[in-house]
Amino acid sequence: MSAHSHAAPLQGKARFWSPGALVMAALAITGFMFVVARYIGGLGAVSHLSQSHPWGLWIGVDVASGVALAAGGFTTAALAHIFGRHAYEPVVRPALLTALLGYVFVSLALVVDIGRSWAIWKPMIFWNPNSVLFEVAMCVMIYTAVLHAEFLPVVAERFANGFKASLANRSWPVVAIAEAAEGLLAFLNRNLGKVMWVFIIAGVVLSCMHQSGLGSLLLIAPTKMHALWYTPILPLLFLTSAIAVGFPMVVFENTLVSASFDLEDEMDILSRMVRITIVLLGIYGALKIGDVVARGVWPLIFDGSVQGRSFAVEMLFGVIIPWVMLLFPKVRNHRTPLFIASCMIVGGVIVNRMNVFLVAFQPPYPVQSYFPSVGELAITAGFIAVLMLAYRFTVYYLPVLSPAGKEANS
Amino acid sequence: MELNRRRFLGLTGAALGAGALGKPNRASAARNYQPPPDAFGCLVDLSVCVGCRKCEQACNQVNHLPEPQRPFDDLTVLDDKRRPDAEAFTVINRYYTGRRDERNQMAPTFVKVQCMHCQDPACASACIVGALTKKPNGAVHYDVTKCIGCRYCMVACPFQIPAYEYHDPLTPRVRKCTFCFERISKQGGKPGCAQVCPVEAITFGKRSELIKLAKRKMADDPGRYQPQVYGEKEVGGTSWLYISREPFAKVGFLKLPHQPMPHLTETIQHGIFSYMWAPLSLFALLGGAMAVFNRKRDQGEDKS
Repeated sequence: MSAHSHAAPLQGKARFWSPGALVMAALAITGFMFVVARYIGGLGAVSHLSQSHPWGLWIGVDVASGVALAAGGFTTAALAHIFGRHAYEPVVRPALLTALLGYVFVSLALVVDIGRSWAIWKPMIFWNPNSVLFEVAMCVMIYTAVLHAEFLPVVAERFANGFKASLANRSWPVVAIAEAAEGLLAFLNRNLGKVMWVFIIAGVVLSCMHQSGLGSLLLIAPTKMHALWYTPILPLLFLTSAIAVGFPMVVFENTLVSASFDLEDEMDILSRMVRITIVLLGIYGALKIGDVVARGVWPLIFDGSVQGRSFAVEMLFGVIIPWVMLLFPKVRNHRTPLFIASCMIVGGVIVNRMNVFLVAFQPPYPVQSYFPSVGELAITAGFIAVLMLAYRFTVYYLPVLSPAGKEANS
Repeated sequence: MELNRRRFLGLTGAALGAGALGKPNRASAARNYQPPPDAFGCLVDLSVCVGCRKCEQACNQVNHLPEPQRPFDDLTVLDDKRRPDAEAFTVINRYYTGRRDERNQMAPTFVKVQCMHCQDPACASACIVGALTKKPNGAVHYDVTKCIGCRYCMVACPFQIPAYEYHDPLTPRVRKCTFCFERISKQGGKPGCAQVCPVEAITFGKRSELIKLAKRKMADDPGRYQPQVYGEKEVGGTSWLYISREPFAKVGFLKLPHQPMPHLTETIQHGIFSYMWAPLSLFALLGGAMAVFNRKRDQGEDKS
């Protein structure tokens, strides 16, 4: 898959520490301080999690939204590699990187969220096949490994030659380690390349499994869930929304990166790509509307409750308006309106996941209502910031992006 | 893309179809969980309880829980509605339903709250590592050595019972009534609360016998009780059972479906993952698609 890539590292073409990157660093440090506080005073010290609200912002955003927004990885891989639309190749690597970093950070967020962080390995030994969470955890774990395998050619390409050469003057242990690393990379790349198709398909299958699995999580609590979101097709809604958000997420990320590094964007590819989104988002929207109509709960949208309004916001600004926008070629072919529509779809999925995990969750004996604490917000912001810095770092030093034509001029 | 989408829908649709079909009947093919036949239980007669909080005290002692801020003989605690928490596995709440006693005083109803020890527990189904299990003796048992602290049990529990030690940074535990697992595992052992109750509001015994006892009590004293044994059918049955003079909804009990909570999720999970048929079929289909779509291309150019 790597032979026809035109991807190149951005090193030397742009500044690493842009003002935006410095802001991210500041957010990351703030978040880290709250993480330290969490490991001194416990979850109760930094979060508003309670006996009635055991899951909060970290599960709704860092985990559920994080996994959904990483769907760009498997949807573009499916499009380009399985369905053979190789014109989309330039966006596969960045989408893959987003997915890879996304899953790493989902895992890190979980480490912070679970009470016994050091015990996170235990599901590998103690299996409960009845547990939806067990299935999700296994899929996420294996898929994260698959993403690493899929990303390996990128690393191998960068260090294929000249890794050793640049270390010629170093002492022998350094050279020995470098040689070993290079040998291993070359070996893995050579042999993984032959079975890469297995990883690519496995990535799609695993994604379908745990994206829908995340939706099944709350089906075990029918009496605690608001009727607007509690539906037996919740897994299907999670899966279809994840698939629908994949390409808008690629647009979102590509636009941001192009702007940040002053690169030529990939408008021709993106414009074509979002035509598929019209179908995918249309299916999700139709299922969602059909669901509330078929179950007869749609009047709850207009009952003036927080839940009703939240549902309306989710559907109107996250699905219906951006879907209509995408119907217009003027929107699809121009950077700014396309970016806005994509942001709305991405935001709509985040609002949906927060609605399902936080807004819809109504414990029968509410000891206190839940609103995320400063600490929870800071840790979430910190994780997103580290993720963006890691993305920046990776595209800076590894061949991920294909800076087409125009050279950066900063 | 069409194919792609249709398959995705087909996959989940088939699984959900299986779920919907299995719904009315507990003994569906996809799920064959049977609650322990010899489970113990406790029958609480709310018309007898006097709200003395001796059960709370006994629970505190046998489970070595920390001393409460206000002593157990302080009955003003009952002025507020409480929930069990990480330091108190059972609490008594007082309700005034409008009923008056023979002296025309407002008659209180006292309700003991603790883990119901469901016959088909949502927490045990949810638990990622199987740290929560339904034991043959009826207890829903928590094994801290497996727990990772995900708190999915708390999300799943329809009675909102498991509590968490939020202020322990590294080794927090899920805390809830243990049904005095060690005590009832011994011959003749009873839970601390049932042992101590001075008015015998709590009867410990085989669950099946307790249901008969409850119905006998109802038959022996017509009009004294609501015609419902709370916990006989709720969420597929619970080891703790209640009979009451007052309507259950008026004294803090939740109206819950009779279907066990894990039914839908487990039907979906087992529907999709029996013999891994769904993931494997999807893999095969995508593999086929990959071969077809990429052959076309390889004929055009020869690089892979």
